[in-house]
Amino acid sequence: MSVFRLYLRYFSLHLRSSMQYKTSFFLTLFGQFMSSFAMFLSVYFLMSRFHRVEGFSMEEVMLCFAVVLMSFTLAECFARGFDSFPAMLANGEFDRILARPRGVVMQTLASKLALTRLGRLIQTAFVFVWVIPNCGVRWDTARIITLILMIAGGVLFFSGMFLLSAGICFFTTESIEFINIFTNGGQQFGSYPLSIYGESVLRLTTFIVPLACVQYYPLLFLIGRTENLLYALCPLAAALFIIPCYGFWRFGLRHYRSTGS
Amino acid sequence: MKKYVSFFRIRFLTGLQYRAAAWAGLSTQFVWGTMLLLMFRAFYRADTSAFPMTFEQLSSYIWLQQALLALFITWSFDEDLFESIRSGSVAYELCRPADLFGMWMCRTVATRLSRTALRCLPVLIVAAVLPRPWGISPPASPLALLAFLVSVLLGLLVISAMGMLVYALTFYTISPVGLRTIFASAAEFLSGGFIPLPFLPDSIRRVVDMLPFASVQNTPLLIYGGFLSGQEALFRIALQAAWALALILAGRLILLRAIRHVVLQGG
Repeated sequence: MSVFRLYLRYFSLHLRSSMQYKTSFFLTLFGQFMSSFAMFLSVYFLMSRFHRVEGFSMEEVMLCFAVVLMSFTLAECFARGFDSFPAMLANGEFDRILARPRGVVMQTLASKLALTRLGRLIQTAFVFVWVIPNCGVRWDTARIITLILMIAGGVLFFSGMFLLSAGICFFTTESIEFINIFTNGGQQFGSYPLSIYGESVLRLTTFIVPLACVQYYPLLFLIGRTENLLYALCPLAAALFIIPCYGFWRFGLRHYRSTGS
Repeated sequence: MKKYVSFFRIRFLTGLQYRAAAWAGLSTQFVWGTMLLLMFRAFYRADTSAFPMTFEQLSSYIWLQQALLALFITWSFDEDLFESIRSGSVAYELCRPADLFGMWMCRTVATRLSRTALRCLPVLIVAAVLPRPWGISPPASPLALLAFLVSVLLGLLVISAMGMLVYALTFYTISPVGLRTIFASAAEFLSGGFIPLPFLPDSIRRVVDMLPFASVQNTPLLIYGGFLSGQEALFRIALQAAWALALILAGRLILLRAIRHVVLQGG
């Protein structure tokens, strides 16, 4: 059986199992919608009170917000298994995965699928529908490709973060709260172009934790602040971030000693 | 009464055991608070006249919020309680010669207090030595400090009682995930967790201020910096007390009804 078909098999299992608690499933779906709606409102209210922040208008900030939220949500949807990795290590579930003759990464990915995150995707889709025609961007081919690159780069960035956080768990078993700054915090603070936090934060998020590469730089290209194509290609740099994260995870895996449960 | 005090004591002491986790969490809270302040500084520079409070008041709000995070947290629940409802082991709890609502309420309050006891001082100390306007300022007046402390306690009762409602309703849905997601996201926003409530448009704020969520962290934090004072502060504290009472009564009632209808899952 090919890896892809096996993944689909897992997918349908997850779908059927979450349908067992239907009320809870739809409540969660609704709750996820609400949670991202609350984030949207926070940005909306602040922007409508202050109109501009560091030269960015409401629509431009919303474009940034929607890109980051969508990539975070997609990454959470599919890489959720890495997000709840500490539990898998602690209860011995991971040892069972190692015993099976299939890829470890695929099985971990497939162990949890957060289908209820769809609620958040719906919310993001609404924001996109509103903001894409209204943000004043002339949508030519280059800019459409840039937008897609931003979202794809963002998904890889956040997945890399989840991998990194799971990799640390091999050594600590417990998850490290500090990583939250880059996952949940990356989503929350990434709602605004990272330049608003000042020079040092921008530099940090360009060279070390390349979140600015999927939002600030390509956003400048989208809204026509720069015609330099290099800015549009920044998300590719962010995509490379997943390689060292994967490397670290493999490193952790090699040093893994079961918790014995 | 004595048995509830013991419940409280046991839970409080258990909570104090997680010292390493608390230290690890502290660095996260410093960075989080700093990022929030940097974000608000950008807005402050964009249009100072649209800023509803002084920057010092905002800094105090943010650092107190970080210091009291565990006290007013909306998305943290006691997994053991949910598990006992799902697995049916809540039956053992029902056998005890104590009131279920009282036991669980004590447990929630104690957990929140002990986690805060571990975390709040380091945050406050660091925030106090930060240069103006970035650090926490002293309270607006000695009276404001007193009102703040009373208000914090009432806020703790309100959020704990709201949590009890979620536990009680879980008897009906069995899986708690949906309820808690809805509750956490609504409560987080409406209590001023994302942005302090004075930053909302005035027409919306007038409604939100009256909801029980505003009685959680918004009221005490605004009293501390002197944003709310005098009559207004007194009224808000009275509102907090009213909500605490109403929510506790509602929680008790729903929990009692839920238990009467309970079908234990599994054997």
